[in-house]
Amino acid sequence: MVSTAQPFPLPRLIDRGAAIFLAVLGAFAIAVPVCNLLVPVGSALHISTYLVALFGKYICYALLALSIDLIWGYAGILSLGHGAFFALGGYAMGMYLMRQIGTRGVYANPILPDFMVFLNWHELPWFWYGFNHFIYAALMVLLVPGVLAFVFGWFAFRSRVSGVYLSIITQAMTYALMLGFFRNNFGFGGNNGLTDFKDILGFSVQAEGTRNALLVISCAALALGFLICRAIVTSKFGKVLIAIRDAESRTRFLGYRVEAYKLFVFTVSACMAGVAGALYVPQVGIINPGEFAPANSIEAVIWVAVGGRGTLTGAVLGGVAVNYAKTLFTSGMLAPYWLFMLGGLFVAVTLLMPRGIVGTLKAGFERRAERALAAEEGVDAPDATPRAAE
Amino acid sequence: MDKATTTALLYLDGISVSFDGFRALNALSFLIEPGEMRAVIGPNGAGKTTMMDVVTGKTRPNSGDVYFEQGAYDLSKLDETEIAALGIGRKFQKPTVFEMHTVEDNLLLAVKDDRRVRSTLWWSSSLSQTRRIDDILNIVRLMPYRDRMASSLSHGQKQWLEIGMLLAQDPKLLLVDEPVAGMTDAETMQTAELLKDINRERTVIVVEHDMAFVRELGVKVTCLHEGAVLAEGSIDQVSANERVVEVYLGR
Repeated sequence: MVSTAQPFPLPRLIDRGAAIFLAVLGAFAIAVPVCNLLVPVGSALHISTYLVALFGKYICYALLALSIDLIWGYAGILSLGHGAFFALGGYAMGMYLMRQIGTRGVYANPILPDFMVFLNWHELPWFWYGFNHFIYAALMVLLVPGVLAFVFGWFAFRSRVSGVYLSIITQAMTYALMLGFFRNNFGFGGNNGLTDFKDILGFSVQAEGTRNALLVISCAALALGFLICRAIVTSKFGKVLIAIRDAESRTRFLGYRVEAYKLFVFTVSACMAGVAGALYVPQVGIINPGEFAPANSIEAVIWVAVGGRGTLTGAVLGGVAVNYAKTLFTSGMLAPYWLFMLGGLFVAVTLLMPRGIVGTLKAGFERRAERALAAEEGVDAPDATPRAAE
Repeated sequence: MDKATTTALLYLDGISVSFDGFRALNALSFLIEPGEMRAVIGPNGAGKTTMMDVVTGKTRPNSGDVYFEQGAYDLSKLDETEIAALGIGRKFQKPTVFEMHTVEDNLLLAVKDDRRVRSTLWWSSSLSQTRRIDDILNIVRLMPYRDRMASSLSHGQKQWLEIGMLLAQDPKLLLVDEPVAGMTDAETMQTAELLKDINRERTVIVVEHDMAFVRELGVKVTCLHEGAVLAEGSIDQVSANERVVEVYLGR
């Protein structure tokens, strides 16, 4: 890479790791549809449509992991309720998909989704208005998690709730939402949630082409999310975030409005989680209140810890790898033990590899580079300086 | 208080602070004139750090007045960020630099600049800021360590880095809490020189236990005891004061 200072911030945005990551993601987004649509079914390289949807799901989880890493890894905000923003984005998309069903539903009501007819409702609740338009639904995917995060964060960060207290109230938030969404009279399909989707923008959600398109769009969203995170963490804003993470009150004494920084990054992160949820729903075909379960949010934090907190590529890797392992182990004879394995993994990573996979690798490279530099200069630096007298 | 009644840069009058019944400050009053350097000494628990907490907005006084800049600002009504923006910089007792940032980035974060979210997001380096950082690196003797992680600095170097960060904020008033704790004698004398340099342009309050260092500074000394001023004057006057000898210096 070129090391000379350039006025355009591209080299800052895309360093070598980021370039490799984007290349791999791009190759994946091209290879999977090719192997699914063009490679004949009998071939060893063929990827089934089931796998395409599964991969799409992983990518959505990776985007959720990225959003958590942005706040936890860089600003030290440990949200144990980020699944709520994911689920809200998912519900916004689910509402659009429900209204696309129209007369093809069991009760063939052109306006009301089946569950409302079943509940003897005669009118569409006001908050379902507009969801027949994709653009409106897409806006809500960003707006609903974003506004909730803004309001929640405004109160929490202004009153300087941080650390474990913040984690607890985020957990309470997602739990409260779960209880609400479980109720039939809340208007979101109760415990069945929203399902039986037919089509999205006129394309059947079951069709191979749609599934591949959704995977590619998810990859694009992940790439965009990654670039947004890179832009944030490599800017001076990102330096302030790390300063807040490591020494919050020091940062405040330097004159930074810590709550404004946290609020901004928390809201951005919630919007990203919302997009992840919105892309997830058409690929798995259902959204129900179970997505708000606190355990889901905690699991997502584990992905980030495993992959490497504070490394964006690590979060993505953790999101994909842990979920791949989950698919692998929950479908075999080890299924009853998966939660123990997940818990064990978290304990092991915390104790043995606190920086996570990518963080550990990165630290190894940096140490080697530093040693090489020191050898070149002929002096070894950090420890050669005389320590202050005790 | 009438705004025009003081010429002092920092005006503390009758400040009391108690924590769970413990009176950390007990009707503390003193004045710092513009351009002055003041050394504050006193035994543990005398209220030195609490006094700094009150001035920087970390602790609200239960009663009393704190005014800045000839009475123009009532510090007891402002929070940390607003007070920092007025030009009061603070160095903590324990060196708190941003360990995971390079020396240069530590200074960059401290350099006087627009601190709002919007401007740090779209920030790009400017020549004047780079020059300013270069100057400070030279002043605090950390130029060779520019790209080094702050966590790899020695204790004394961290103290200097923090003084550098304080300078970078371009404050009118510097509060320096125990700058030479844990330093070698040579480092202590260098730090005294550094603070004297800084005092040429700025007002400084130094809290310190090290009497040799305070003597080296050669400035007016305030001795605190049980949250109030016990004695004030030159180092010789103060160290000759019987009460000071009794509660602090020891016989």
